[in-house]
Amino acid sequence: MAHFIDRRLNGKNKSAVNRQRFLRRYKKQIKEAVSDAVNQRSIQDLEASENISIPQRDINEPFFHQGQGGDRQRVLPGNDQFTKGDKVERPPQGQGSGSGDGDASDSGEGQDEFQFNISKDEYLDILFDDLELPNLQETDVDQLIEYKTSRAGFTNDGVPSNINIVRSLQSSLARRIAMGASKRSRLRELTTRLEEARNDPHCPQQDIVALEQEVEELKKMLAAIPFIDTFDLKFNNFVKTPVPSTQAVMFCLMDVSGSMDQATKDMAKRFFLLLYLFLTRSYEKIEVVFIRHHTQAKEVDEHEFFYSQETGGTIVSSALQLTKEIIEERYPPSQWNIYAAQASDGDNWADDSPKCRQLLDKHLLPAVRHYSYIEITSRAHQTLWHEYAELSQQYANFAIRHVKHAEEILPTFRDLFAKKVA
Amino acid sequence: MSANKPLPDGPDWTFDLLEDYHQAIAEVAKLYRLDTYPNQIEVITAEQMMDAYSSVGMPIGYNHWSYGKKFIQTEQTYKRGQMGLAYEIVINSSPCIAYLMEENTLPMQALVMAHACYGHNSFFKNNYLFKTWTDASSIIDYLVFAKNYISECEARYGVDEVEEVLDSCHALMNYGVDRYKRPSPISMEEEKSRQQARTEYLQSQINELWRTIPTKQKDETLKSVKFPASPEENILYFIEKNAPLLETWQREIIRIVRKISQYFYPQKQTQVMNEGWATFWHYTIMNHLYDHGQITEKVLLEVLHSHTSVVMQPEYNSPYYSGINPYALGFAMMRDIRRICEHPTPEDCRWFPDIAGKDWLETLHFAMHNFKDESFIAQYLSPQVIRDFKLFTLHDDDKKPYLEIDAIHDEQGYQDIRSALSAQYNLSNIEPNIQVYNVALRGDRSLTLRYVPHQGIPLADSLDEVLKHLHRLWGFEVVLEQVNPSGKVEILGRCPPAP
Repeated sequence: MAHFIDRRLNGKNKSAVNRQRFLRRYKKQIKEAVSDAVNQRSIQDLEASENISIPQRDINEPFFHQGQGGDRQRVLPGNDQFTKGDKVERPPQGQGSGSGDGDASDSGEGQDEFQFNISKDEYLDILFDDLELPNLQETDVDQLIEYKTSRAGFTNDGVPSNINIVRSLQSSLARRIAMGASKRSRLRELTTRLEEARNDPHCPQQDIVALEQEVEELKKMLAAIPFIDTFDLKFNNFVKTPVPSTQAVMFCLMDVSGSMDQATKDMAKRFFLLLYLFLTRSYEKIEVVFIRHHTQAKEVDEHEFFYSQETGGTIVSSALQLTKEIIEERYPPSQWNIYAAQASDGDNWADDSPKCRQLLDKHLLPAVRHYSYIEITSRAHQTLWHEYAELSQQYANFAIRHVKHAEEILPTFRDLFAKKVA
Repeated sequence: MSANKPLPDGPDWTFDLLEDYHQAIAEVAKLYRLDTYPNQIEVITAEQMMDAYSSVGMPIGYNHWSYGKKFIQTEQTYKRGQMGLAYEIVINSSPCIAYLMEENTLPMQALVMAHACYGHNSFFKNNYLFKTWTDASSIIDYLVFAKNYISECEARYGVDEVEEVLDSCHALMNYGVDRYKRPSPISMEEEKSRQQARTEYLQSQINELWRTIPTKQKDETLKSVKFPASPEENILYFIEKNAPLLETWQREIIRIVRKISQYFYPQKQTQVMNEGWATFWHYTIMNHLYDHGQITEKVLLEVLHSHTSVVMQPEYNSPYYSGINPYALGFAMMRDIRRICEHPTPEDCRWFPDIAGKDWLETLHFAMHNFKDESFIAQYLSPQVIRDFKLFTLHDDDKKPYLEIDAIHDEQGYQDIRSALSAQYNLSNIEPNIQVYNVALRGDRSLTLRYVPHQGIPLADSLDEVLKHLHRLWGFEVVLEQVNPSGKVEILGRCPPAP
């Protein structure tokens, strides 16, 4: 009669494909919306899911339909005041007493924007679309230190805890069959002959005895075949395969001297945040080290990093020196993927800049995957920029950019990590 | 029967309880001679319900971004609480698939089963439009075929290519319908083999060998030939068969969209009747069960509670007003027919001499079998219903500065209101009348369409966008003309736009 089917157990997200098609089709608009959001919204929301709105006109599906005007007759319910022949003033357009056969949403107070929510993953996908971590492939294989143990078939020797019982008994059985085969067929033959001899009254007694003896002997030999032999033992085999390291550490270096105001710091923070989000897509575990400096460098927590105000001069090399020490102490480059980002307004003691260059050149750049420097200033470049500019010519993993306004952060970031066409 | 204990009243349901209720409902339905396809009742989650929504009720749909968009829209309005999900969706197929949402309480599930599995189901099986235009047993097969075919095309020709064709087809979906010709239903295997045959045939058409056959001779060239000989209303069909540049698979996709559009065409024309019929039956069946002591008062009250909100008709000046509620109108009319049969007034005898006092069940079945919204209203809308709804007509002529009330619910007005309301459900008044008029066979192969306005109602601005889609399918210039009442023809638009 009737079938009841419980469909609730069927897969969710049946329309996931359609959703992706939708996102794919409006990638351009969505991308614009996302980068607007990154630039304008408060920093704390960056990682949350995102409300996207794209213009309604872009996603309309057009079809032939009747427009406004013409000579129409409508039937409406709920007459409370009219009699035949009454004349009513035409209500203003759009608010209409329309009978639902038109396109009220197109002309009236309909939404101009199509708004929807994309998940955090979709958001990050779009945000970091076409970006890649530079220098990732080149080095990650030869520097790995992490191993993963995985099964790799069976072997003939090993420790008792790895004995594979099924395999061992299989080979034991095979060996017993193989070793006993000839004896068993001989035994069968002798048994039949013995049987015949016993039934044959003419058979001499000593023949029977000899046969009996031989049968006994064979039985003994068969019994002597060992049930299990060291030769049979099979062991589960494990091998260690090297896996790319999935942990990364990110150094955030920032100048907090008096010349850095809160707006500049906010811009720097956006950059750090983008880098952090981007790294989370490649690495399972990420540690972040915050180093701030004026004339001295100090490792601090996040809050202090972004919000405490200091004054004084600027010695950049102090931060670089501290970074170097922390790397040596806690993050051996063989086990960690190291990224560093430095933000500054470009102020530095003139004679400190060559020292910075030297530190980077000798110690830091060989150890890190990528080092980016952004200078947030609207003034002319100073010595630090010039020193760095020369250095960036030599190192592929060292990039410097100049940023003036907050809305340049995302384009700068995209530019830094844009996929290089091979 | 009445001696039995009533069925448990929930609120939680189990599959066993659903079976029991279904059993009871089926027995009552049999009593009222509701003839249905076998039922397949599927319990789904809210998310799956939104899925079903966004694929316009097709249980298996091909992939397209617009369904993703609809899903997002549905999800949002649902999450914001602007809209409750329908309690059920029912599919015109055999077996008839009805979806029940898991959140519903037991009385609600009973209501939905009576509504969908016996109301809509019997309507699908017996209404003449559905019988003529759809084939319930093959639709699922066809949708499977369509989905597979389209994903195959995506693999072979690329998602973008396929999407373009689908976009264009969707824009013209309302013009992929045969309004008069009758298609014959075919199964999936047949569909497949025919599709192959079509492919092979078309391949053979481009075989170089055929080129050696001499082409037709002279005299014809002198006459200006009109093609098609008479205007074609099914634009997609015309393009599928005649567009010069389309590839075989593109034609097949057009065909798929056209078939699906045709499948839904009867549903568009029978909204009031279909919903009215189903609502009438859930109401009647549940009351019958209660009268015979099979369900408790608690169940009936919950059923009536949601029943009354379904058949609510806000007044024209209410903020909730959004047109005439097909549930309300349909239900009122169905009940009214029963009333006219059972307790006719002198007025009814004057208006409906052939049904007043007759067997109500017979009359109602006859009405369900042989009408669509337009003709149903023209035939059965009674003065009683007009009074109950306080209907009036509003004449909106853009040449006059005011609106005029033409008729109200009084003796002089009944007839006018009845014809006006009937016309309001006439699809050919609502959907612009656009037909393929000519192809310049001897010229630049441009395609000319003609729009004949209904009572001077112009075409909306979207026409330029639609023409772009049409141009994409046709491959050559497309012109849209409008024929004014004076007989004068003016050009509404063309694609590519005139320089």
